[in-house]
Amino acid sequence: MEAMHTTGQILNGSEIFFECLRRENVEYIFGYPGGALLKVYETLHDVEDITHILVRHEQGATHMAEGYARSTGKPGVVLVTSGPGATNTVTGIANAYMDSTPMVVFTGQVPSSLIGNDAFQEADIVGITRPITKHNFLVKDVKELAITIRKAFYLATTGRPGPVVVDMPKDVLAATCPFEWPETVEIRGFKPTFKCHKNQIEKAAHKIAKAKRPLLYVGGGVITADASEELRTLAIKYNIPVTMTLQGLGAFPGNHPLSMGMLGMHGTYWANQAVNNCDLLIAVGARFDDRVTGKVDAFATQAYKIHNDIDPTNVDKNIKVDLPIVGDSKDFLASLLEEMPEKTESREAWLADIEKWRKKCPLSYTVEPDSLKTEFVIEEVSKQTAGNAVVVTDVGQHQMWTTQFYTFMNPRSIISSGGLGTMGYGLPAAIGAAFGIKDRPVVLFCGDGGFMMNIQELVTAVYCKVPVKIFLINNSYLGMVRQWQELFHKEKYSFTDLAESNPDFVKLAEAFGCKALMADNPETAKEAIRSALAWNEGPVVVDCRVARKEMVFPMVPAGGAISDMLLARLNPKTMV
Amino acid sequence: MKHIISVLVENRFGSLNRVAAMFSARGFNLESISIGETEDPEISRMTIVTRGDDQIINQVLKQLNRLIDTIKVTDLSRQPHVERELLLMTLKLSKTTQHEIFELIDVFKGKVVDIKQKSITIEVIGSPDKINTSIDIFKPYGIKELARSGVVAIHRGE
Repeated sequence: MEAMHTTGQILNGSEIFFECLRRENVEYIFGYPGGALLKVYETLHDVEDITHILVRHEQGATHMAEGYARSTGKPGVVLVTSGPGATNTVTGIANAYMDSTPMVVFTGQVPSSLIGNDAFQEADIVGITRPITKHNFLVKDVKELAITIRKAFYLATTGRPGPVVVDMPKDVLAATCPFEWPETVEIRGFKPTFKCHKNQIEKAAHKIAKAKRPLLYVGGGVITADASEELRTLAIKYNIPVTMTLQGLGAFPGNHPLSMGMLGMHGTYWANQAVNNCDLLIAVGARFDDRVTGKVDAFATQAYKIHNDIDPTNVDKNIKVDLPIVGDSKDFLASLLEEMPEKTESREAWLADIEKWRKKCPLSYTVEPDSLKTEFVIEEVSKQTAGNAVVVTDVGQHQMWTTQFYTFMNPRSIISSGGLGTMGYGLPAAIGAAFGIKDRPVVLFCGDGGFMMNIQELVTAVYCKVPVKIFLINNSYLGMVRQWQELFHKEKYSFTDLAESNPDFVKLAEAFGCKALMADNPETAKEAIRSALAWNEGPVVVDCRVARKEMVFPMVPAGGAISDMLLARLNPKTMV
Repeated sequence: MKHIISVLVENRFGSLNRVAAMFSARGFNLESISIGETEDPEISRMTIVTRGDDQIINQVLKQLNRLIDTIKVTDLSRQPHVERELLLMTLKLSKTTQHEIFELIDVFKGKVVDIKQKSITIEVIGSPDKINTSIDIFKPYGIKELARSGVVAIHRGE
């Protein structure tokens, strides 16, 4: 289709669909065709300015859209057919909802006249996805299509982002009407608060100046709000250490002395000690998730708590705070910088305490010449990419080690399924990220369990020549589940040993037409990492055959207080 | 503590489901819910009766506000309001009880909606407390069937 259609032209629903996507500056659609969408794919055949990526499973499309969205900040777009096509997107939508990722999922639907009749490939996807979307729509009339798409993108990207589903019946896509693009959009039930309350900011600035042991606890909201610069200025200027959540990593440079790394269940010893001992906790764009707080009654008990979030429901949900400040995190940090007095309490003693904790229990592992450790692989990739890669993970032990041993330098450089913990997320998310990011390597760390959950998307990566560097952390165990079985379930290793059943991953990757390497000791790993990072013709899988029974420490047992942290396997009863 | 929450929502299919589903998904108590069109046909008013401590009620209010189809959320329990419920009830009727039943209907300022040889259908309007009391009082006469509307409530005018 050459030029854009103009307003007032008579178009069918499918043409209107693409006109709207153009006006929303959509670059990529991650999709899979089907009966209810035939009209859309008919139109798509001649669309040249939007690239459609054919996935191999609709779940893959949603995770790709999410990888694209999280790496670029732009909404991811998914296009799937009715019934099974739509239901296959459910996990990806739930994942995007939990991690507040902007995404618009377009589903085909059976013709309006058949809705409710148990028609072929009919599913009530609007009903199914109601609890896992920010909002969703069924378009009943072609005249409503353009305004609905406009609203969908607006909702997905405004305030706290999230997934929006637009269900489009087959007859609506074929019907015609004059095309009208609404320049503005008004939704009376949706008015997020961006501007923080001035009095509250003044109070916060006063508290920060007076605090002897302040701590910034930073979540994904800072990255969404594009507020890393303001965070950096505030922390460095006023000497406030920064700990980050899984989604917050990269908001503050990992190699800075004030960076404390991640807090929570597998957070660093010093970050968790700082939470225990701080007199002021400044939560920014974070939601006090149970993986962060552990036992809520024992969380940061000495601290006055300030909480900034754009979503008021996050305030006082899990933890009662002293000073709630609803608003955009960029506005929060920028306004704070304006209100901060010149003089603040000295933080020398506090920073010295943190240094002591850092030295007492550093993150460590042993390097042995004939055994490969996951930590080594991650640390080596971190070194060879200078912390500048976009790092995608799947879910499990390798994910937690990534937070510990990759030094994140930039925002939007960790892409990981946090809230939902979706195994199978990593591979498609990495592919999606690689469509969005061309100037930095996109690296995936993925366990052997999760890799098999969406392995079909390796086809997508191969045929699109996507240069993702896949480090398959292969211990042939469901390692994190195995870890819990060892620590908390009487060493009953029920169904977590995959050694007998796993395929030969090198051969498997090669069968997909993918370059494949193998590493089983530090030397071969170093070399394989170098080759993989240099290979840009397409995807590459490095089968890292790592030590099988390693465990991630430190660890705060689920529901335990942060002070119940386990530091090592040998004496798991060690209390700190 | 009991709270009556009044919610203005877009009068669209799915609005009621979104609200009800949010209550069940988050484990909030939902004692009654009623919905009807307002003077503006595009807007419906929902009256929700729920229970919880302040922390829970604040979450309920915020989660309701967060739904895109909700336009205005008010906790009526925190301000002057009137609340009413409608009870429709069919009772057994006999020569011996007839007199007492009619007297009691008067006491509750109820109305007879329908009357047959062996049964009588009445309506009572009032606060949920009054409705509960009337059910208790009429019970000994034999309740064949009853239906309650759930509470509807509104802010008192100025």
